[in-house]
Amino acid sequence: MSEIFMLIEHRQDAIRDISYEMMTCGRALAEKLNTKLTAVFLGYDADKLVESIRNQAHRIMVVDNEVFKEFNAESYQIALAEIIKKENPLLTLIGHTAFGMDLCPALGTQLGIPFTTDCLDVEIIDGKLIATRQMYDGKLNAKIRFRENPSYLVSLRTGCFPVRDSNIEAEIVNIESPVSAEPDYRKFVEYIEAAIGDVDITKADVVVGVGRGIKKKENLALVEDFASTIGGVVACSRPIVDAEWLPKDRQVGSSGKTVKPKLYITLGISGAFQHVVGMKNSGTIIAINKDPNAPIFNEADYGIVDDLFRVLPAFKNSILEMKSK
Amino acid sequence: MDIIVCIKRVPQTAEAKVEIESSGKDIVKDRLTFDINESDTYALEEAVLLKEKFGGTITVISLGCSDADDTLRIALAKGADTAIRIKAEDFDELDGYKTAQLLSAVIKDIHFDVIFTGCIATDDAYSQIGATLAELLGIPHATLVTNIEVIDSISHVHRELEGGLQEHIEIFLPALFTIQTGINVPRYASLIAIKRAAGKEIKLVGQNEISKDQLLLNTQIEELFIPPVAKQVKIITGSPGEVSEELAGIIREKGLI
Ligand SMILES: Cc1cc2nc3c(=O)[nH]c(=O)nc-3n(C[C@H](O)[C@H](O)[C@H](O)COP(=O)(O)OP(=O)(O)OC[C@H]3O[C@@H](n4cnc5c(N)ncnc54)[C@H](O)[C@@H]3O)c2cc1C
Ligand SMILES: Nc1ncnc2c1ncn2[C@@H]1O[C@H](COP(=O)(O)O)[C@@H](O)[C@H]1O
Repeated sequence: MSEIFMLIEHRQDAIRDISYEMMTCGRALAEKLNTKLTAVFLGYDADKLVESIRNQAHRIMVVDNEVFKEFNAESYQIALAEIIKKENPLLTLIGHTAFGMDLCPALGTQLGIPFTTDCLDVEIIDGKLIATRQMYDGKLNAKIRFRENPSYLVSLRTGCFPVRDSNIEAEIVNIESPVSAEPDYRKFVEYIEAAIGDVDITKADVVVGVGRGIKKKENLALVEDFASTIGGVVACSRPIVDAEWLPKDRQVGSSGKTVKPKLYITLGISGAFQHVVGMKNSGTIIAINKDPNAPIFNEADYGIVDDLFRVLPAFKNSILEMKSK
Repeated sequence: MDIIVCIKRVPQTAEAKVEIESSGKDIVKDRLTFDINESDTYALEEAVLLKEKFGGTITVISLGCSDADDTLRIALAKGADTAIRIKAEDFDELDGYKTAQLLSAVIKDIHFDVIFTGCIATDDAYSQIGATLAELLGIPHATLVTNIEVIDSISHVHRELEGGLQEHIEIFLPALFTIQTGINVPRYASLIAIKRAAGKEIKLVGQNEISKDQLLLNTQIEELFIPPVAKQVKIITGSPGEVSEELAGIIREKGLI
């Protein structure tokens, strides 16, 4: 039976959103193909979490063992390889997250099945898998065809499948764990929580996000000045933190913070997916970028295609004028 | 400590117009500038830092056409000892899997303690070649690495998870790490070093050295297309003064500040 399988991702005792998104995607595919969705749950002391997703899949395969308390790509890989070899699903979905990036390519390679990563969409047409991925700094999408095989593996990008309600009652199948201890060559030690900074960008109503377009650290003063005029806080994209121009707690995006201010203004940010996931739910988004094809204009409400150094002084004046009225 | 770094020369597309070529499967490349992939710069720097600490050698490998030699020479100037180019022109169409197979075909004959790759190449954006390569070589790996400390052939590694959270894991060497940007501050190559590197040999490996029989593509691009827009943006045009006034008007009307 060519079923759809997906791997539940959980961390620190919570199911992660990507799991619901993958189950939404998996159910739609299963329905189309007249087959079933199986959720694979590797975890420890899992009853409560398993019960919480019982309505999301037709079957939940549970491997409950202390080894799976925290994610470890190596032990996950051993267990999943066993399961996939035995069950031979048509397609297995894994999240393209920090976990999935560690796991999916190695698993696909071990099994010798065709795989690809970071897919926005997957379709199965006449038993053949077609995936959509993004390339070239988000400027183009690609439809991808796979080498033909009875079983495929893909990792899915976060936020691509709006979660739908479901009212299935999953059959629960418990499986003996193929692994009983973490391999000695790779061990989880601990989590390191993000440091807390002086400004909480998640609490501000107005956020001014600055990106690599600002060119030099010295130019940040312009942005600080503009932000204080408009009554907002300064946040940024990743390269600004990588260059150590602003602290990590100012970074917006998948590996930074998620913000939802009333107003988010971007200055010289291209709009990479990893940035956009952290700000796309802002009330109003204004983007200033000199490149008319920058992906940020696919997310913004208002766009200015111009040099930020030309616009910013005038913008500041207009805000001052507006406030003085 | 013997270190291998995989580096890729990629088109710089963040600020450029990206056009689809007539085949529909590739982009027009002749008007783009090319440079070393961003995270590979950090991977190379991490290798140089480890070499400074423990001694040993750095080998840089790139699968690419002849212009990748420039990228390899910059790496030599920054502190790599040996450079190898796998001749892309010998191996037709590539995907992430085939790239990893070619890299592993060369690496399996070299002694190493650590392999570094970038965490993602900005052109194909797979984030898969590192973990695939590690599996092909039968060594452990960790992706999205933001810190490494090596103590007696055990590496203490920080991996970046989502939302600012990281995990600390321990991995035995030899191992492969995919390096995330920001892990260090990459150095620039000095002019003298660049001049010196210009004369160094780059070892070429092609179809005479690697058999094409076993190479496999997992995927092929069917077509490239411009992403659909998520939201209809209103582009405001005019002089900086005009657009600013219009924006201020919108902000006031909507009561955003
Ligand atoms: C696992 C992973 C996690 C990541 N997490 C995050 C994250 O949390 N947050 C994040 O932001 N990124 C993250 N990234 C990085 C992300 O992929 C992009 O590389 C990054 O967001 C790009 O930042 P940028 O837009 O500032 O720079 P670029 O992409 O280089 O864009 C600069 C932009 O500035 C414009 N510009 C240049 N000069 C001017 C000017 N004078 N006036 C106006 N515009 C100008 C250019 O046209 C361009 O669009 C992550 C990547 C990975 C692989
Ligand atoms: N053609 C190549 N030659 C050498 N290394 C490569 C090549 N392609 C990818 N890599 C390495 O693999 C990393 C991840 O690439 P990717 O999986 O394509 O996102 C890059 O950062 C490089 O370190």
